[in-house]
Amino acid sequence: MRNLILCSVICAVFVLMIASCQTADNLERDMYYTNGRDIYIKHCQNCHGAKGEGLAALTPPLTDTVFLKANKQKLACIIKNGLKGEIVVHGKSFNDQMPPNGTMADIDIAQVIVYITNANGNNQGMYTPAQVAADLAACR
Amino acid sequence: MVTLRYSIISCIAGLLLLSSCKESPKLPIFGEREAKTVTRADGTKGVDTVYQTIPAFSFLNQDSTPITNATFKDKIYIADFFFTTCPSICPIMHRNMKAIYDDYKDNPDLMFLSHTIDYKYDKPSVLKKYAEKLGVDGKKWEFAYGPKAEVYKLAETGYLSTVIEDKTAAGGYVHQGYLILVDKDRRIRGAYDGTNDEQVAQLKKDIPVLLAEYKK
Ligand code: HEC
Repeated sequence: MRNLILCSVICAVFVLMIASCQTADNLERDMYYTNGRDIYIKHCQNCHGAKGEGLAALTPPLTDTVFLKANKQKLACIIKNGLKGEIVVHGKSFNDQMPPNGTMADIDIAQVIVYITNANGNNQGMYTPAQVAADLAACR
Repeated sequence: MVTLRYSIISCIAGLLLLSSCKESPKLPIFGEREAKTVTRADGTKGVDTVYQTIPAFSFLNQDSTPITNATFKDKIYIADFFFTTCPSICPIMHRNMKAIYDDYKDNPDLMFLSHTIDYKYDKPSVLKKYAEKLGVDGKKWEFAYGPKAEVYKLAETGYLSTVIEDKTAAGGYVHQGYLILVDKDRRIRGAYDGTNDEQVAQLKKDIPVLLAEYKK
């Protein structure tokens, strides 16, 4: 029994080691993710929480993977221009106001998008500044 | 001012020393103090130390009902200053306060008092909506609305922000986000940066210590 556990631990370590030999794509995504986390801590965490849990009925969580997928093209606009009006996240209604981040550069927006769409249960991969620029051009 | 700060520091140090050899430590008492002639219970006169207390106030709460010091009679409470549309530190402060609120839901001895500093927008109806969204109902957590001059003066003189925080810090109390612990005798027993996890953890430790003081 002991040996079995030991064996599977060693196995797991091996798998992790192999998995961490990243491709260039993953490396870029990981860099975006790490930078995006710093931006998140500075600009978003006070309201949305350290684990994206939100704040009661005041601020929606960022753990609704379906919402974040369905609204992927709108995230850049939400971050840059803020958001108000009723939205439904995790089946709960929210109707408050998120302030704009008018001076945030496209690259920073891309990084924070990569962070929120890959953290807290999300797994959507890379997002580029070019995609952000295109999204912003289409903001309503 | 400097001497005041020194005396407070030495007082705290003294209290810490004292408390380190006692079974049940006591929290320090903040603020100015003076010796006053008082009449004792047996009618004789004597000199006693009188501590600074939270001055009398009267504001409207989230139900547009007046609240005063009497609302907090025989309670210890945590007070802070915030505004509902605050984009920066208030959500963190209230995230932390809400956690304590939830922990003490069934303890009638602890209350909460949040003063809005946005006298233009945060009318009682706005505070009510905010409280509901935060998941607060009932009388345990009061949200206070009042005229600018009164609220700001209370913050500065009543809650001693200058003593507790460096005066060079821009914005003073408002931007520092202190959670202030007040005892049943309206004295300040602690001030904790509501955005700092360590200080909030200290507050959580200090609440039972203060409550224990009143256990007979
Ligand atoms: C002052 C608080 C606050 C800050 C700071 C803030 N948000 Fe929000 N956020 C909100 C509120 C409130 C809503 C909901 C607005 C509504 O009801 O229409 C929201 C909604 C959202 C949504 C859509 C709903 C959801 O939960 O998926 C996303 C995505 C989002 N914010 C991301 C961010 C990111 C990224 C940042 C940092 C760049 C950020 N927010 C900063 C308060 C905030």
